Amino acid sequence: MNWNSAAEFFAMGGYGLYVWGSYAVAAAFMLVEPVLAVLRHRRALHAASAAE
Amino acid sequence: MSSSPTRLFTFAAPSRFYGLAGALTPWFWVVAIALSVVGLYIGFFVAPTDATQGDAYRIIFIHVPAAWVSMVLYMAMAFWAGIGWAFKARLASMVARAIAPTGAMFTFVALWSGAFWGKPTWGTWWVWDARLTSYLILLFLYLGYIALVEAIDDTRRADNAGALVALVGAINVPIIYFSVKWWNTLHQGATISATAAPKMASTMLTAMLLMTLACWAYAFAVVLTRTRAIILERERHADWVATLAREGNKQ
Repeated sequence: MNWNSAAEFFAMGGYGLYVWGSYAVAAAFMLVEPVLAVLRHRRALHAASAAE
Repeated sequence: MSSSPTRLFTFAAPSRFYGLAGALTPWFWVVAIALSVVGLYIGFFVAPTDATQGDAYRIIFIHVPAAWVSMVLYMAMAFWAGIGWAFKARLASMVARAIAPTGAMFTFVALWSGAFWGKPTWGTWWVWDARLTSYLILLFLYLGYIALVEAIDDTRRADNAGALVALVGAINVPIIYFSVKWWNTLHQGATISATAAPKMASTMLTAMLLMTLACWAYAFAVVLTRTRAIILERERHADWVATLAREGNKQ
């Protein structure tokens, strides 16, 4: 185990800003993109049923 | 062509592909989530602190997978766009369009995490060296492709123009890959190569490879979902879509 406490984990040896700054942006994009894709699919389905 | 349902090209029919992609997508999500949980656990709790970079190196577990996936996705996008253009294969063109936003997303993530890694280790967010510059061009190629195909109303012409741009731009991918060999770059050379032992601890390597597979599963899940949306948008008036819509938006 690399960390003795949660605070130590979040500090990342003094590089917390850089490590978490990288992962936060990656996580945000990778959460939003699937939502947008699913919404687009749902919209396309609704448009198809409206065209009926 | 034969009407046998088991032929290779069966799934080149958008209606068949739509069903197949819908069945596969949940599994890709399961794999993506499971692998990223395990990969991040190994990356943050098992892999040791680096002797020279401290814990800043842990950015590698998102930076390298995102960069790898973004470059292979570009080649896949150019390939399918080219197939769609050369053989008038509708589905291939749709897949190419579905790949572009995901490729651009991973390119941005690799650039962003690279800047956040460069600042503590190089002392700068950005430098115009060959690797970083050619990789920034990859982002512009993705955005240019998306802007071009969205700007042309005629679907087939948009697909063909996009294919031309995607194929010409593909020359940039080997340039990115070899940039650290061909030029003196601040960016380090390849850590993993087919011809030499990896220059990193095995737990670090394991975490990085698991995260790469997780990013692949993610890419498949999102691209398949977007492809299904594009299929419906383009085949709105086909009988099978009408049947699907009548069944009450079940999928």
